[in-house]
Amino acid sequence: MRRDVLTGEYFTEGDIACAEGAIAAGCRFFAGYPITPSSELAEHMAARLPEVDGVFIQMEDELGSMAAIIGASWTGVKAMTATSGPGFSLMQENIGLAVMTETPCVIVNIMRGGPSTGQPTKSGQQDVMQTRWGSHGDYEIIALCPSSVQEMFDLTIEAFNLSETYRVPVVVLGDEIIGHLTEKLVIPNPEEIQVVERRKPLERGNYSPFSFNPEDVPPMACFGEGFRVYATGLTHDERGKPNMSPETQTKLVKYLCDKIRENTDKIVKYKEFMVDDADLAIVTYGSPVRTALSAVKKGRKEGLKIGLLKLSVLWPFPEKAVKRVSDMVDEILVLEMNYGQILREVERIAGLGRVRFFPKFGEDLHKPSEILKFISRCGK
Amino acid sequence: MKINPKEIALVEEKRKWFLPGHRLCAGCAAPIIVRQVFMALDKKPIVVTATGCLEVATTIYPYTSWRVPWIHNAFENNSATASGIEAAIKALRRKGEIHEESPIIVFGGDGATYDIGFQALSGAIERGHNFLYILYDNEAYMNTGIQRSGGTPGYAWTTTTPVGKKLKGKTQWKKPIARIVAAHRQIKYVATASPAYWTDLIKKVRKGVQANGPAFIHTFSTCPRGWRTAETKISIKIARLAVQTCYFPLWEYENGQYRLTSSSEAIAKVSKRKIPIEEFLKPQARFRHLFHPEKDQKIIKCIQNEVDKEWSILLKLTGHQLL
Repeated sequence: MRRDVLTGEYFTEGDIACAEGAIAAGCRFFAGYPITPSSELAEHMAARLPEVDGVFIQMEDELGSMAAIIGASWTGVKAMTATSGPGFSLMQENIGLAVMTETPCVIVNIMRGGPSTGQPTKSGQQDVMQTRWGSHGDYEIIALCPSSVQEMFDLTIEAFNLSETYRVPVVVLGDEIIGHLTEKLVIPNPEEIQVVERRKPLERGNYSPFSFNPEDVPPMACFGEGFRVYATGLTHDERGKPNMSPETQTKLVKYLCDKIRENTDKIVKYKEFMVDDADLAIVTYGSPVRTALSAVKKGRKEGLKIGLLKLSVLWPFPEKAVKRVSDMVDEILVLEMNYGQILREVERIAGLGRVRFFPKFGEDLHKPSEILKFISRCGK
Repeated sequence: MKINPKEIALVEEKRKWFLPGHRLCAGCAAPIIVRQVFMALDKKPIVVTATGCLEVATTIYPYTSWRVPWIHNAFENNSATASGIEAAIKALRRKGEIHEESPIIVFGGDGATYDIGFQALSGAIERGHNFLYILYDNEAYMNTGIQRSGGTPGYAWTTTTPVGKKLKGKTQWKKPIARIVAAHRQIKYVATASPAYWTDLIKKVRKGVQANGPAFIHTFSTCPRGWRTAETKISIKIARLAVQTCYFPLWEYENGQYRLTSSSEAIAKVSKRKIPIEEFLKPQARFRHLFHPEKDQKIIKCIQNEVDKEWSILLKLTGHQLL
């Protein structure tokens, strides 16, 4: 029996589903460091990776973990790490290195309440902007946001696929509620799972390991495959050679951003729910989607014309989807477990006056009744 | 240095710098170590505690066990925080703004010391800050659910060093952390200590505080939960077995000299006092796979070899004959 895709139905938790998704996507290297609430993911990888001839390493800290997956990825394997807020902070410098060296890798951040040590055992969504802007310098990154155990599996596969396609680190932004939630997971047959493999260069002659053309993310020759490859955190040309000229810096930074920006339509994922005739649309992501959906259904029964826009990709920000919904409704309500992060993006797209905001802190999700009360207070 | 156990226990009982009622597990040696450390002090300390069981379970809002100035920081920077405190106190004293002297005591677990906080510890020692670092080594990340650390011994089960067909627990031996710290030229005092030998521990803490520079004590902190010991009441017994088997020898290092202390000194003199490592391993289910379904003599011998190797290094360092 194949041990990489454990086809079947399970009753399991989000952290485990994420680990299984990674293995199904071809991940064979995991470097991590214990941190609540993502430790279960590492523990599962420690037990599972040897079964599929993969490697699990527990590193001395998160700096090491992030650096190790960059190193592993350059040997040609799909690599991943998992952490929570404090560890994610420590990874930021090396996430920038992964962006600069166009290294495919996946970082799972099971968010908890912050700042600092904050609330290790409770949920939060306070790392959304850190995911976008956490490392220094100009760059674009991809972040996916699951809102169920099944999505932890599905979106982790998607994360590896996007990472290989665009040669960029991809962040899976789970939160404690999803990470520790136990519910049904269906692992499909291997042939039903779409997996993107790393593109390899064909000829040695004119191979450039890097690129300045956002339409053409180059194939990746890895160490030991016989190509001349030079990977550096310094500003470099297409061959990878350090070059400090303003022209190279301009071309490189624009390319690193544009290869994501110009492909936003292909990357984004969202779902509309009852927005077509709605007066008010809720915009949310991650675990709050669950209670928001319940509020929409309840509200509709009470005659409220409300709908929901669920964002499964947060970065690049799905501007068109938000714009479309905001043009259809009078008001938008943003729900998130922080003090207003995606709110800023929604306001940027929909305009300041029409966006309401209902924050939550700590482990509490927005209760459906609270959401409806908030909406009725808004005059809707 | 004379120790009157009754007297110092009564003093600590009265001043209660570390209060009971915390939520550390039954049988956990960490709070015992903290109390023994405090018994050694005559001046109220400033305490720095890294993230870990000790920090989490003693400070659950709205309660705290610490009746001393206490600061928690991130996982990796307790020694750096202590450096800042020490430098600031020096400056304030120079300006005449504070007069009392408070020893700075840093508590860190094995994760915070062997792994993520090692860089900060090494830097603080190299700069020569005056603080006493107490490592309470429970040999894994117990706070996050028993993951291996640089302090976990070889062949121990943890949740990230699983036991199965391919692996028999952790594949590496633990770092000789105290000897690594002793290799720093600026270190004034290094020791290992066990809560089972508490007068020895108290003497060492006194020396560490009086060292007038960076000092480091590696304490052995039994963890019934993480080590899967049969009973919580054998916690101190296991700590004693660790010394008797030479798994955790007691020694100190000052003025460039290593010296065995307490029971370890006695074992060095009469080698038949050294108990086989099996006795230490048996009551701990983290080593269960060495005894069930059948005894794995090969691995037990490997562990014995590692113990003997470290012990012979210490005998050499302390000028004893290899027996």
